[in-house]
Parts: sequence; C-alpha cells; structure tokens
Amino acid sequence: MNNKVKEFARRHSLEIGLMVITILVWILFIITSPRTFLSPRIYRTFMSTVPFVGLLALGLTFVLAIGEIDLSFPSTMAVGGMCFGLTFAATNSIVLGILAALAGGLVVGLINGILVTKVGMPSIVATLGMMFFLRGFVTLSTDGSAISLRALGDHTLYPVFSGTFLTIPMQTVWFLFLSVFLGFILYRHQFGDNVLFVGDNSHTADLMGISVSKTKIAVFVIMGMLAALSGTMDVFRLRTWWPTQGQGYFMTAFATVFVGGTSMKGGQGTVFGTFVAAFLIGSLEAGIVAAGLAGFWTQLIYGLIIVVSVSIHTYLRRLGIT
Amino acid sequence: MKNIKKKFGSVTALRGVDLEVGENEVVGLLGDNGAGKSTLIKILSGVMPPTEGEIYIRGEKINPREYSVNKARELGIETVYQEKALGEKQPIWRNIFIGRHITNRFGFIDVDKVKQESQKIMREIMGLTGEGASPESRVSTLSGGERQGIAIGRAMYFDADLVILDEPTMALSLKEVDKVLKFIQKIKDSGKSCVYISHNITNVYPVSDRFVALDRGEKVGEYLKDECSLDELNEALILATERKTG
Repeated sequence: MNNKVKEFARRHSLEIGLMVITILVWILFIITSPRTFLSPRIYRTFMSTVPFVGLLALGLTFVLAIGEIDLSFPSTMAVGGMCFGLTFAATNSIVLGILAALAGGLVVGLINGILVTKVGMPSIVATLGMMFFLRGFVTLSTDGSAISLRALGDHTLYPVFSGTFLTIPMQTVWFLFLSVFLGFILYRHQFGDNVLFVGDNSHTADLMGISVSKTKIAVFVIMGMLAALSGTMDVFRLRTWWPTQGQGYFMTAFATVFVGGTSMKGGQGTVFGTFVAAFLIGSLEAGIVAAGLAGFWTQLIYGLIIVVSVSIHTYLRRLGIT
Repeated sequence: MKNIKKKFGSVTALRGVDLEVGENEVVGLLGDNGAGKSTLIKILSGVMPPTEGEIYIRGEKINPREYSVNKARELGIETVYQEKALGEKQPIWRNIFIGRHITNRFGFIDVDKVKQESQKIMREIMGLTGEGASPESRVSTLSGGERQGIAIGRAMYFDADLVILDEPTMALSLKEVDKVLKFIQKIKDSGKSCVYISHNITNVYPVSDRFVALDRGEKVGEYLKDECSLDELNEALILATERKTG
C-alpha cells in the first residue's frame, strides 16, 4: 500500500507540486485579508471570471502538447464573439449564435492548421500573422464599433452561459465539464495518444502510421473552437461585443498553461494542472489588491509565481527522467 | 517489389530495384550507407510511395495511392526501424500500442487491458522481468537493448507474416545481438518471413536464407546461403561494389 502511495506521488509530482503552491498562495491571501477570502462572494466572482482564460488555456495545453504554439487565440476569441453577436442580433437565436461562433473558431483553426502543416510555416509565424489579420478583420467588419446585445439578457436560454447551477456560476460548470472531457481525450483516447506522440517525436508518429498533419490540424481546430466559445461566454457576461475583445487574455492564458506544468517542448501536457493554475493565476490580482498592495505589485508577483513554479516543474521533470 | 524507383527532388535513391521475399524466408539486405536500403524498406512498409514501380503482396498488386503504414500492417507487414520509432517521453505501454490501442466504440483506450498486454509482451517477448520493468516506465529511462526490445516486441505482438528489421544489431551489446538473432530464428521457425538490413554480415549470416546486395540504388548481387560460405559472400560483395566503381 505504501508503495502504491509512493508510486502515485512520483507519477503525479507535477500536479502535487502545483497544488502545494496554490494552497500556500491561498493561505497567504487568507492571512493578509481574511475578510475577503473567508467569505464566499470572492469565490463566486472567481468562478465567473476565471473560465474565460481557462478555456483558452485548455486549448493551448493541446497546442503545446503537440509541440506547436498559437498566438492568434485572442483574435479568434473576438471572431467567435462577433460571429455570435451578429448572428444573435439578426436572428434572436442563441443556438444559431453559438453555432456561428463555433463555426468561426473552426475556420480559424483550420486555416492555422493548414498554414502550419500543408504550407509548412512555423506555427509562431503563421499564428502571429493570423493574430493581426483576424483583429483587423473583425474591426473592419464592424467598422470598429461595439455590438450591443441588451436583448440577450431577456432570452430564455441566457442562463445557460450566465446563470448558476447549485450556486456555482455556469461559466465554471462549462469549464469543469470541458476540462474533464478534454482530459479524457488527451489521456484516454486514441486521438490524445496521437497528439502526445506527434508532440514527442513527429518522425516516430509518421513511421508508426499516425497522420501528423491531420492530428495537428485537429488540435488547431480545437484551440479555435475553444477560443470562440470563450469569446461567446465573454459576450454573455457583458451583453456587448467590442472589437478589442480578448486582448487582455494573451499573457494570462500562457502563464496559466506554463504554471500548470505543461512544457513548451511538446509530448506532454496536463489538463488538471491547467485547470488548477487557471484559478491560481485568476485569483492573484484580487488577492494582491485585497491585501492592500498597490497594483504595481501585480506584475511582479505574476512573474515570481511563473518563474518559481516552472522552476519546480522543470526540476521535477528532470528527476523523473534521470 | 518490381522495378522500384525513388527520386527525392534531383537525387535518385533507387534506380529500379527488384526485391522478392518468399514464404518463410529470411532475406538479408546488404549494402553501404546510401545504397538505398532504408528507402526500399520505407516503400515496402508504406511510409513513402515509390516514384515508379510495382508492389505485390501475396501475388496481388498494390495500389500505391491506397498503400500506407496502416494498410501494410493490415496485410501483415510489421517494421522495426533503425531509429526504433519510440516516443521518449511516453511510457512503454503507449509505445507498444502506438496508433492502434485497444479501444472501445468511441475510441477511448482500455488502459488496464493495454497495460496488462504490455506487461505480457515485456515478460514473454522481451524477457524483461526486473523490478524496474513496469509498463509505466518512460522510454527515456531504458537502455538501447531494452528499446530495441520494445520495437521488436511490438512487431511480434501484432503477429506479422513479414517482419522487416532495419539495422537491428547496430549499437547493441553482444548479449543483446544474440537476443535479436534468436528473435529472427523464432520468426523463421514460426513459418513467417523476414527482411533485415545489416552492415554486419558475420552476425546475421547464420540465420539467413538469401542475401541481396544493393549499391548506389541498384541491385548488384544476389546469393543463396547454401551456395556460398561466409568468406565467399564477403568476397563477392567487395567484388560487386568494386566492379561498379571501376
């Protein structure tokens, strides 16, 4: 029995390390501002704001696991939000709006994937180009003005993305559901296995009959659709769409994935880590402000958390291999 | 395989090579670096299509457009590559079942079953019984011989009629080479066929039936073991390659 516990601890040292960091930071917040962090209100706020970044980070986890990178997701988010907004404004249908958003994300992912696999561009360049192009595209399409969606709040399906389920905000319910689902896909599905092998060694994957191009395109499509969904949820929250949507999420999404324990090198990714880190990163700013520190501290502490946690991950990974 | 040609841009790797492997026959493919051995093997195992030429499997002509690694496996051809084709960061069980896990209807992997089978393969085919030998071990923690064992165990498990081995004895210790040779013998004894590529004729001479020599993309010689001792084979090979140079 003791051996089993040890084996479990060894295999999941990355996740356990992250949990320890998260709990330490949490205790620190409770000590510095007990009034805020011992009342349920702040947690309800986190649960309705964290999932936007969380969904982006879930997609990025797959992209990094396959050994690529995507810089275009903040713009894809705006594409998704715009597709939803325009469709909803025209049809007053939430279902059609969501389908339009997902279709937008799918097309963006498809283009990214084709640029990387068929054209052969490095993903950092292809998605950088797409990031600018899509931002310009949504701004031009809407003449740079916001889409106001007041009617959204009265729709019967509005609570699907904005209500609560057993007092838990729906955003977190969706984030949890998609994390569990995508976790099973990555670790327990043939597709996830292919993703890990393509990221680990694409030559091996090719020799063993795995289609490297198809797997990569599918991963970019997953990223695009998650970004579009995140954009749609963001529109639900504020009942408006604006052309710069998503721009604030770029760095926090990357920070989340790295702090979660997914490496840049491919062949490995942790959905659980991403889920926990989304809440850790998402609560930092509130915690810092509640502690009475000036806003200037935020970036410093962000940086500290990233460097410290990724150092620990790197160290643990090296121990695991040698 | 008939009149196989392969060009990579302006480089011609194969200039029309015929290769035949009979039932229950072990064929050694010999030749220097750059002779085209690995390219020929990759065409046979479905990794790349030939530029020209025809492939027949059990007498049936193969449509090169529909031929792929997965198709080759379906037809009973398994390949053990020189580079082992393993994912270093992945555990052994994922490596053995890469691309063809035991899954349910929705493609979800039956992990318990896969790990059990992996354990069996490790014990029975690879002869790994040590305490550290768990299907959960990552490939990066294994020795060269153990890695070769996984690549071979994988080919064995899926019950191929033709096993292709690319430089199976390279960079292995003497004991491990012995294991590989025993494995080739096992293929022969079970009525299956094998093609292997090797630099080291001395090692593989005893387990082979026939040898084919390639040089600069062409077949330069074919020898039956029964008609040719090891020394004669060595001499013939040197002659065959020299004649072309001269």
